Amino acid sequence: MSTATEDRTDQAEGRPRVATRWVLAGTLLVSLLLAGVVSYYAASSPDGLEQVSQTLGFHTTETDHELSDSPFADYGTAGVSDGRLSGGIAGVAGVLIVLVLAGGLTWAVRRRRPEKDSADEASTGETAA
Amino acid sequence: MHVPNGFLDAPTSVATGVVATAAVGVALVKARKELDDRTAPMAGLIAAFIFAVQMLNFPVGAGTSGHLMGGALAAVLVGPWTAVLSTSVVFIVQALLFADGGITALGTNIVLMGLSTVLVGYLVFLGMRAVLPKRASFVPLAAALGALVSVPVASLVFVVLYAIGGNADIDLAALATAMVGVHVLIGIGEAVITYLAVASIVSVRPDLVHGARPLLEQRRLVIHDTAPATSSQETSA
Repeated sequence: MSTATEDRTDQAEGRPRVATRWVLAGTLLVSLLLAGVVSYYAASSPDGLEQVSQTLGFHTTETDHELSDSPFADYGTAGVSDGRLSGGIAGVAGVLIVLVLAGGLTWAVRRRRPEKDSADEASTGETAA
Repeated sequence: MHVPNGFLDAPTSVATGVVATAAVGVALVKARKELDDRTAPMAGLIAAFIFAVQMLNFPVGAGTSGHLMGGALAAVLVGPWTAVLSTSVVFIVQALLFADGGITALGTNIVLMGLSTVLVGYLVFLGMRAVLPKRASFVPLAAALGALVSVPVASLVFVVLYAIGGNADIDLAALATAMVGVHVLIGIGEAVITYLAVASIVSVRPDLVHGARPLLEQRRLVIHDTAPATSSQETSA
């Protein structure tokens, strides 16, 4: 039912419907470009909280990160000396890891599409835990 | 605004950890209603997009920068409960793999940058959507206003947490002034990014945007209900 009405909406607006997979692919491509390439040009000055903590002097209580020597610590890649490449690899890896984890989680939690003879309630009871 | 280890004391960090865990637990149940075969992949991609954009610190005045938090953006695009899940995954990955945000501060960061911005961003969005013209083209503006408000409010939540369990004895009024001052500016960046991201999806597929769907349904109902009698008024193609 929902598919039919969506088509109607798009027809009413008189434009071809962009397939869902292209919206998803576009979002992924933009994310990879931002994390892999554009991130190199991001501002490197302290962020709002860091700056405030330095001004007011409470930055001194900060302790080291537990995993400060992990392979992607501080958005670099261990063993890659070129800054552009090091940040780019870390960024692309991060995007893909978040995609797999968040996408896997939401896919597991989602409502299952009702069967043809709509055993609606039966198919939606079990996976939330 | 990733909080490092050592800013807040252990009891406060444990408490925010409990709040974050409980919120994610509730979200796992509630998000089911927002997620289906089309929106679940979208939710994963929005999380990935937020991770990417959080790498892009933008300057806000001399020697300071800020980045997107993403709660309002995610809540409008994929629904508030799903947004809690998506943003939490981002902060968990950042803490465990990128040494960004302390692991003892993970609950704090989920509460601050995830829960607060989702909650405030979405409530302001709903308020704006109720006031603005009932068209999908106004959804990006409503989302941007939610984003704008969500960031300074999140910075105030930090001040409250610091008042409860900060590890240094500082003037809380000065902390509040400084935090809100800089985060109002960061909120403007958050609003711009949120507008652009929501507008780009609303313009091609408004039906994929959680916060735009009720507006589309409303319009559909008008067309369907009155189709036989007054179809001439509605015909556009």
